[in-house]
Amino acid sequence: MKVGLFIPCYVDQFYPKVAVATLELLEKLGCEVVFPLNQTCCGQPMANSGFASLSEGCDKNFIANFGEVDYVVSPSGSCVLHVKEHLHDQNETKASYIRRNIYELTEFIVDVLKVENMVANFPHKVGMHISCHGQRGLNLSSMSELSAPSFSKPAYLLNMVKGLQLSLPKRVDECCGFGGTFCVFEEAVSVKMGKDRITEHAINEVEYITGVDVSCLMHLEGILKRQGSSVKTIHIAEILNTH
Amino acid sequence: MNPKNFNRLFFVPIQGAGLSHSAAAEIFNKDEERTDWHDETLWFVREKRDKAVKQISEWEQLRTLGSDIKDHTLSNLDIYLAEFEKNAQANGIKIHWAIDAEEHNEIILGIIREQKVQQVVKSKSMLTEECHLNDYLAQRGIDVIDTDLGERIVQFRNEPPSHIVLPAIHLKKQDVSETFHEHLGTEKGNNDPQYLTEAARQHLRDKFIKSQLAITGVNFAIASTGGFVVCTNEGNADMGAHAAKIHVASMGIEKIIPKVEHLGVFLRLLARSATGQPITTYSSHFHQPRVGQQMHIIIVDNGRTKQLGRPDFRSSLKCIRCAACFNTCPVYRRSGGHSYHTAVAGPIGSILNPNLDMKANADLPFASTLCGSCSNVCPVKIDIHVQLYKWRQVLVAEGFTTGGKKVAMKGMAFVLSHPSIYRISGKIGRWIMRVFPFIFNNKSFNPWYKQREMPEAPEQSFRDWYKKNKK
Repeated sequence: MKVGLFIPCYVDQFYPKVAVATLELLEKLGCEVVFPLNQTCCGQPMANSGFASLSEGCDKNFIANFGEVDYVVSPSGSCVLHVKEHLHDQNETKASYIRRNIYELTEFIVDVLKVENMVANFPHKVGMHISCHGQRGLNLSSMSELSAPSFSKPAYLLNMVKGLQLSLPKRVDECCGFGGTFCVFEEAVSVKMGKDRITEHAINEVEYITGVDVSCLMHLEGILKRQGSSVKTIHIAEILNTH
Repeated sequence: MNPKNFNRLFFVPIQGAGLSHSAAAEIFNKDEERTDWHDETLWFVREKRDKAVKQISEWEQLRTLGSDIKDHTLSNLDIYLAEFEKNAQANGIKIHWAIDAEEHNEIILGIIREQKVQQVVKSKSMLTEECHLNDYLAQRGIDVIDTDLGERIVQFRNEPPSHIVLPAIHLKKQDVSETFHEHLGTEKGNNDPQYLTEAARQHLRDKFIKSQLAITGVNFAIASTGGFVVCTNEGNADMGAHAAKIHVASMGIEKIIPKVEHLGVFLRLLARSATGQPITTYSSHFHQPRVGQQMHIIIVDNGRTKQLGRPDFRSSLKCIRCAACFNTCPVYRRSGGHSYHTAVAGPIGSILNPNLDMKANADLPFASTLCGSCSNVCPVKIDIHVQLYKWRQVLVAEGFTTGGKKVAMKGMAFVLSHPSIYRISGKIGRWIMRVFPFIFNNKSFNPWYKQREMPEAPEQSFRDWYKKNKK
């Protein structure tokens, strides 16, 4: 099974440790992982700003990089969702293959690898931030709005981690306010939403806030640091990759 | 860069005196305690809704049924509207058709003048808000008294409603007390809700008794009977319609449902979604004028057929105006209804209003993180967040964006389409962030930095690490 590792542009640039953890974790779980060296971005920043018409170059580059692997896996629910919903090309065969075979990391581990045990060890109080695109877009967990049985793929994995005490904020799945370019064009509301998430996690006295999307965590981290808080953010791959 | 220049480059100016959503939201957020109060008040309503919908096991099927009935009706609107008209006329109701807001307002003015009416009361109707009926009539010397308590409060204050179900939800009881002291002569500083509502009740009783013409909205118009249903919690639609000799009901063309049996589906969906009640306190059925009374229905298009002709957005017309999407929206709760500068605010307003005026409402589809909660609570399954995304594309394609944004996006797209340029820009960018952090750490031109630290810029990208360690 050949897995193509898709590392979103801002993770590549600012959070290489998350990418390293994702790579090591997938290898630990027995995957043959390749990192196509000419990858850049899924095109979401343009598309969500109304400029989907400009994402053709990104689409082409994405397909050129990931056209030859069995699965594409990424530590970002949001970018995965974007590719799943919007990746197109004149040659639709490759684009539609990628759309069907791209997975967010936890969903890949649970649904494809069907992992039932993890060796990870993380003796800390951890609050889980549920990222919207992973949850409502990729169906990684049940949603508080719907009348449906409850489940969570990320929590399923975190509950296998030795020593980890998992908590959820009072409003379990409210958006953190990152929202792509929303975070700068609607700065006031964006920050207020992030502050409110942090307040609820702080009530639970967590040491870390984790999640499946680096973008949400980057936004929360920016606010936590400005507040001088001792709470840290950590991507779920970094926790699952501990031993 | 001067912050003013930044705004000019990146924010679409809104026509007229109003502020864009983001500018209004920034002002709203200056009073954080009040923002928290607003957020919590509406979240409470969202939680009530959750409890109510989880009490009936078939909730999700009910949503599907409601959505299907509306889809079917929208596809056969011509047939059902004609059937409704025929049956309503047979019941003795006068039917008027209005192509737009102006025609709607003219029809009402015509009835008022013809019948020499002096006193007009109106229960809640978002359509009349959309048509700015009160202003139109006021300019012609006719005062309309809003009889919904929340609407009366905002009317006294000369404000538009901030929410379609809870029009005065942005106000605290202290604000209401001050307003009533000024307009109804209640005791200064008496914030007792019961005292204040009693004052409003006495005030409105007098208006009901004297009224000659009552305007109501329409929640559901039933094609097979020619009757219509108006839902209120205060009974004010009934008080108005029963006391006045003329009843005028305004409805959008999308309010139609085929049969009475479909009403049960929508009444169950509406109240639970709106306020978490099993049913609205009053679901009033009107079929024909009583002896000596006149009953008029104005069926209004005002852009709806245009929206119906947009394949990506037609399903927005399924909306039953429950406002569940307002209450769940984390952006609405933290920016308030007035930030949306339209009669219908919130997520649904952000996909309806660009249809009416793209230029004036070009900011609204961007007032969302696309979190998708709105689509999940929608009782008729409108894919609101998908339509927000699609409106963004339409608005940009139609040129309703700014030069700054366009240049930035084109630059970004160019860099991200060329792997080697992306890598070198990333490297230079991170180097600048490490060596000259003050360039990015600038609150006036970098909105990220206003209330957030920048992420740390590592020396190595992941790709650098990978090439060194893995390849």
